[in-house]
Amino acid sequence: MDFDFAAEQPKLVQLLIGVAAFLVVVAVVLILVDRAPMRRRAWIHATILLLPALLLLGIGLVIPAIRTTLLSFMSGDSRQWVGLDNYAWMFTQPEAVTVLRNTLVWVLLVPLLVTSVGLVYAVLVDRTRFESIAKSLVFLPMAISFVGAGIIWRFVYAYRSGDQDQIGLLNQLVVAVGGEPQQWLQDPPFNTLFLIVVMVWIQAGFATVVLSAAIKGIPAEIVEAAKLDGASPLQMFFRVTLPSIRTAVVVVLVTQSIGTLKLFDIVRTMTGGQFDTSVIANEMYNQAFRYGETGKGAALAVFLFVLVLPIVVYQIRQRREAAR
Amino acid sequence: MTTLAQTTARAKTTTAPQRVRWRLSGRIASAVAIVIAVLWTTPTFGLLLSSLRPEDQIKTTGWWTFFADPQLTLENYREVLFGTSSSSGQMMSFLINSVVITVPSVLFPLALAAFAAYALAWLPFRGREWIYIGVFALQIVPLQMSLVPLLSFFSQGVEIFGLQLSPAWNLEGPARFIQVWFAHTCFALPLGIFLLHNFMSELPGELMEAARVDGASHGVILRKIVLPLVLPALATFAIFQFLWVWNDLLVGLIFAGGTPDSAPMTVRLAQMAGTRGNEWQRLTAGAFVSVIIPLTVFLSMQRYFVRGLLAGSVKG
Repeated sequence: MDFDFAAEQPKLVQLLIGVAAFLVVVAVVLILVDRAPMRRRAWIHATILLLPALLLLGIGLVIPAIRTTLLSFMSGDSRQWVGLDNYAWMFTQPEAVTVLRNTLVWVLLVPLLVTSVGLVYAVLVDRTRFESIAKSLVFLPMAISFVGAGIIWRFVYAYRSGDQDQIGLLNQLVVAVGGEPQQWLQDPPFNTLFLIVVMVWIQAGFATVVLSAAIKGIPAEIVEAAKLDGASPLQMFFRVTLPSIRTAVVVVLVTQSIGTLKLFDIVRTMTGGQFDTSVIANEMYNQAFRYGETGKGAALAVFLFVLVLPIVVYQIRQRREAAR
Repeated sequence: MTTLAQTTARAKTTTAPQRVRWRLSGRIASAVAIVIAVLWTTPTFGLLLSSLRPEDQIKTTGWWTFFADPQLTLENYREVLFGTSSSSGQMMSFLINSVVITVPSVLFPLALAAFAAYALAWLPFRGREWIYIGVFALQIVPLQMSLVPLLSFFSQGVEIFGLQLSPAWNLEGPARFIQVWFAHTCFALPLGIFLLHNFMSELPGELMEAARVDGASHGVILRKIVLPLVLPALATFAIFQFLWVWNDLLVGLIFAGGTPDSAPMTVRLAQMAGTRGNEWQRLTAGAFVSVIIPLTVFLSMQRYFVRGLLAGSVKG
């Protein structure tokens, strides 16, 4: 039972090596920059400062992205060209089509639900006495890993057969109102919805914070004027609040769409992609790293890239405008 | 005070039926807000409470029965952290791995992104705009696009037309952490450079000009003027990167493997959820251990986190 701390020492040594390497890199860059002669054109300085980052970006992102694109046109063992076979597989084979369908459901529902919950909550707690506590409570799941959240919710969904005491909260509620306990995560197609709940639970705090900040930015005169004109709370929400914070709503929708398309951890932790719940990122991992089908994995990654591309381009344009 | 003033102001200007409507909606609104708050906290509370209950109780009764029969124990934590049999969590090893992975994976991108952002924001050289746009555009590439080739870069090296350009790294044991640091650093750079560049380019140009007239080199300007001024931005990026690395599963799974030698806690938890999905006494305690550290950091630095969110620092 006793834990052997001595066995862990090599790791800590490795950590020291890592930190030391970090200090050396920083020191070398700074010393080189200090030594380089000051001129009007600073390309020497620029090279020294940019080189480490650009080198890593090249090795870690640019070259791999190109290679992945090439791999997607090759067979599983990457030995011969197979043209569009991997893509044909993705759009025709039932198991792959299920994956695409699930991803579609995810990306349609998550941004919508996250934004709605976050918006409603932000409006409701706005300018109340417990606003900051109320927001913190919903915000906390943002700090939890998707894996941790997956376990928290597996526990909520836990199943015991009807004659036993339930240990999962949801089944307890079902039993309390006279229903039969269900295996929530094992019955398609609704199990995907129960996974989506987890994502919404994690991300709603993000929407709350961003939208709440936007709501606070609405000029007080507009709000007062609407109240004086006798606007009801609902009219207020749809005619004043919502139009004023449109940009922030779009930001949340866009960020959530991208995050959802790349979602991996929740599915992996809660069902492992079984029972028809797999999504693109999970299937990509399975094909490339578990079944050794590099070609199919690469094709899924490329497809993911193509899906994300227009949304990110839109997001980046928004960000650049905001930064200006 | 302000709420009171508002209420009286409203009472004066609105008619009676409107007042009733406002109050009614106020009550429904509070009820809805409370329901949401309860829904959002109960699952975590249930997990925490369960992790402190004795094993046989966790497995046979719901955590809500605790209030009828309160029994608490730390045995689950002792077992999951320090147990050495393969069926126990061995979580302590994975916890150490998570720390070893996280510290350099935050430090490296922070420094490299700061250097690059300074160069792109304040050094006059040809092609600056193009490099910035290029780095910027890399935010588009999902990390799934680079996993397979980057892993083979480490395990097989680079070979083009039979020509070995770089050798296989063959990292074993603790040295495997290097490839995890490497991967995390690469994936963090586009967003990091973008964020820090935004903050740095907003600094007043006269400040740099004055320093240069006084004979300060770029190294000195960076160290003495720019970095202290963008400290809040550095803190924001650091906390985001910390949460990202600590909570990451995919990169850990692929680059750190699945053994106690180098895998982070998230990988272990995912394993346990898969193979020991009903060992709730270990899962609950293990999950809580992994959650409590980012939660603490998060709560103590929430200000920077919120500022970062509003500045758009969410990994796309």
